[in-house]
Order: sequence, then C-alpha cells, then structure tokens
Amino acid sequence: MTSIGTGYDLSNSVFSPDGRNFQVEYAVKAVENGGTAVGIRCKDGVVLAVEKIITSKLLKPGANKRIATVDRHVGIVSAGLVPDGRHFVSRARDEASSWRGTYKGPIPTAALANRLGGYVQAYTLYSSVRPFGVTAIVGGWDTETELPVDGQVGDGPKSGSGGKVEGAKAGGPGLYMIEPSGLYWGYYGAATGKGRQAAKAELEKLDLTSGNLSLADGVKEAARIIYVAHEDSKDKDFELEMTWISSVDGPTKGRHEEVPKELLEEAEKAAKRALEGDDEEEEDKGQGEQMEE
Amino acid sequence: MVAPHGTSGMLGEDGIHVDMNHLKSGEVNMAINFKDGVILGADSRTTTGAYIANRVTDKLTQVHDTIWCCRSGSAADTQAVADIVSYHLNMYGVTNAEAPTTQVAASLFQELCYENKDALSAGIILAGWDARHGGQVYSIPLGGSLHKQSFAIGGSGSTYIYGYTDAHWREQMTEEEGIDFVRSALQEAIKWDGSSGGVIRLVVLTKAGAVRHLYLPDNGYTGPGVTN
Repeated sequence: MTSIGTGYDLSNSVFSPDGRNFQVEYAVKAVENGGTAVGIRCKDGVVLAVEKIITSKLLKPGANKRIATVDRHVGIVSAGLVPDGRHFVSRARDEASSWRGTYKGPIPTAALANRLGGYVQAYTLYSSVRPFGVTAIVGGWDTETELPVDGQVGDGPKSGSGGKVEGAKAGGPGLYMIEPSGLYWGYYGAATGKGRQAAKAELEKLDLTSGNLSLADGVKEAARIIYVAHEDSKDKDFELEMTWISSVDGPTKGRHEEVPKELLEEAEKAAKRALEGDDEEEEDKGQGEQMEE
Repeated sequence: MVAPHGTSGMLGEDGIHVDMNHLKSGEVNMAINFKDGVILGADSRTTTGAYIANRVTDKLTQVHDTIWCCRSGSAADTQAVADIVSYHLNMYGVTNAEAPTTQVAASLFQELCYENKDALSAGIILAGWDARHGGQVYSIPLGGSLHKQSFAIGGSGSTYIYGYTDAHWREQMTEEEGIDFVRSALQEAIKWDGSSGGVIRLVVLTKAGAVRHLYLPDNGYTGPGVTN
C-alpha cells in the first residue's frame, strides 16, 4: 500500500506519469464500500433504491433516510461517504432552486446532472479539497404537459396556438450517475456501491433499452436487485429504502416520493421469495444429480 | 466608437436605427396568436415632442430565432433589457443543446423588469414560437407582472384600438386572417393617434421561422408584404 502512488497520490489534482489521478481513484474505493444503490429508468417513471446497512441496533428503523428529494420532480441516491452525499444533495437543491429563480420552472434532469457533474469535477482540481467520496444516481421526471411560467397570470387562447400543440412530445424520465471524477452518463439502469456488479448483471437482464418496463414492475425489480446484491454481505442487517417518480398521470403525479409502505413490503416479500426460489432450484438440481449417482 | 452596422441603434448609422435615449416614442404595437404561430406588429414612429426623429424605426426586436418582442417605454431601458435577455437565451441554447422556449424568455424578461422596477420604464410584449408549445404571447407591463394572453396591445396608440381588437378578435385565425387583423388594427391606431405613424412592420413566427412583412402608407398599407 505504501508504494501504490509513489508520491503522486499525496495531493489532489496531481497526475501520475501514466496519467492517473490517485486521489480520485481512492475516492472510488470509498464508493465501492458503500451500500448498493440502484436506479431504473422505466417507461412511465424512475425508481431509486438503496441497501442501507444497519450499523447499530440503536438506530431507529426507517429513520436516517439515504434518498433525498432535490426538487419536487428529482431525487438523488448515493453510495459512499454519507456526509459527502449530504453535501452533494445540498448543492443539487441550490442548483434546482437557482434554476427556478431564473427560469420560473423546474430544472430538467439533464441540466441538473450537468451542473452537478461540473461541481464534482471541480473537487478534483484543487489542493485545498478532496474529491467526493460518493457516486450519485440522479433520477427525475421532466413534465410532459405544458409548462406555465411560475407566477404568470392568464393562460392564453382556449384552442389552437398559445402553448397547446396537439401530440407534441416533451419531457419524460431521466436517470444519470455521477462519479467522483465528475464523469456522468445517462443510463437506463444504474448501479453503484458494494454490490454493483451483481446489480448491474441483474439490470442488464431486464431489457431496459426497449423501454417496455413499467414503473410498477420497476419497483419490484429494484427491490429484488437490492436483495440480490446483498447476498454477498448477508452477515449484515439492512433496510431497503426506495423512492419513485412517475409520469404526471401516474401514481406520484410527476413528484419524487417514497414508495408507499404497502407496495414496498409487497416488493420486499416478492424479492425474498425470488431469492428463496433460486436457492430451492439449486438444491433441487443438487438432489437430482445425487439420485443419478 | 462606431459599433457594427445595424446593431447599436446609433443615430445616422443606417438611417433606420435611432438612438432613442431621451426620446419619447409614442407608439403602437401588438402581438397575436393565430393557428400556426404568432404575429407581432408595430408602427415605426419615434418622436421628440412634435418632431419625428425617425419615421422608419424598427420596434420589433429579436431575442432568439423565433422569440421576438415589441418594446415600449424608454428605448434605452428596453434595449438594454432585450440585450440581456438575448444573451441569456443564446447561452441557454448552447448549454442545454436545446432552443429556449418562449416561457424561458418570458421569465427572464419578467425577472429583470420586476427586480429593477424602480429604475426601469419598460413595457414589453413578448411573442414566440417553439416546437413544444407552438406560438405564445406574453405581456409584461410596467410593474413587472407577467400575463399570458391570446393577444396583447401596447403603446400610447393602443388606447384607440381596445374596442376594435376586442370586436374583431377570433381564435384559430389563418395566417392571412391574422395579418389582416394586426395590420387593420395598427392602421386604425395610426389614424387616431398623433404619435403613432410611419410604416407598419410585422413579424410572423411559425414552424417555418421568422418572416418579416412591411406595409407602407403610400398605398394605404396594402403592400409590399413579405420582405425576407
């Protein structure tokens, strides 16, 4: 460990001769130890879920939320250092609020991801700071209906022109993942944290690119994926925390909200059943092979 | 220092743009929604007292590709505000890789006009076309409030055409009907208002972009029509 960076890892913003920034790579290590977080971009909404490892029996169940609302239509979940995640969310809220101040409307998810990417990147440049120890998943729904300007009076003509274009496509789901380097991409399904490999493998099976997965199914899949990802750290207790953002005519009316308790419990039950089912299948197979011997 | 041609509004630069600082411009301008977009219209008179400082003023100002405004009140103030909005809309276009909507322009205008209400004398009619919302007309009068309207009229000459426009307004007009409506209303304002006059300038904003029209008093404002 002592010879890893050979001096090039002592300060931020310093390149090693082969073009690496060790401080950023160490920040990624911090992320890789964090509880698994996933986001799924469904056709009619976005789901965010996180595996919250319970570090003490004295912590109140259901308290200490890890998924935050940034603006009414945007949520953020992060893996890595919790305080860094809180600061990141605080910045996201400032950006969303500043956008509303200027443009009198909700910030598009893409624009928020862009600004946050820029913010995180700046923390890789200066020796007085360190990079963010989080990878954050930003999910949002850009409204598909006509957008009034906040505070406007009146609404123009009743028909034809004046903000009423028949069949004009606008808005929709947005899902972005921002890494400690400031790099961000848009995703159909995103996973980060300790169990990201297992989670990504599960996400890839969902055929998200065809855009057929419904939000209701996405909630179940997200719960199942967190449970699958937790398999490798079974010794630790965890809570599943899950939020969603639906289309304007969906269950959350375009807002970022917690998945209702009943739905969450149902999804968790289904997730546990799916895992047990997998185990049984394997056991059956084992027995079958034994019989043949 | 001489600014580039046709953008600074300096007197004598091209004989069309005029530095209207300290000039009172009695005027009439309006914007309407029609079936496929919006139409903006204005007279072209700028006066200092009884003297017509410019008889062919261009009062229709572009702030983005298909977002334009009619300025009334202090020429200096409204030009400055339009310049700032234009800058922000262009920045919005490049940073978000998507053309700004008319709403974005409306909120920028309103924020500037409201926050600086004590220093400004600016009444703005904003009209724009964008792919998401089609045509839209917003009015931002003196205090900096924001009104979304079917059509809007402004300037001293507009007092003469409240009755005319109300009686003749129809939703879902065709482009030809819309042009006739705006041109006739402005013609009426020019007839009755002493400080409105000159030529009638129109801009039609649709999916096809911005098209300018010009109508001259010589032939009773019947032509020449499209100028670009």
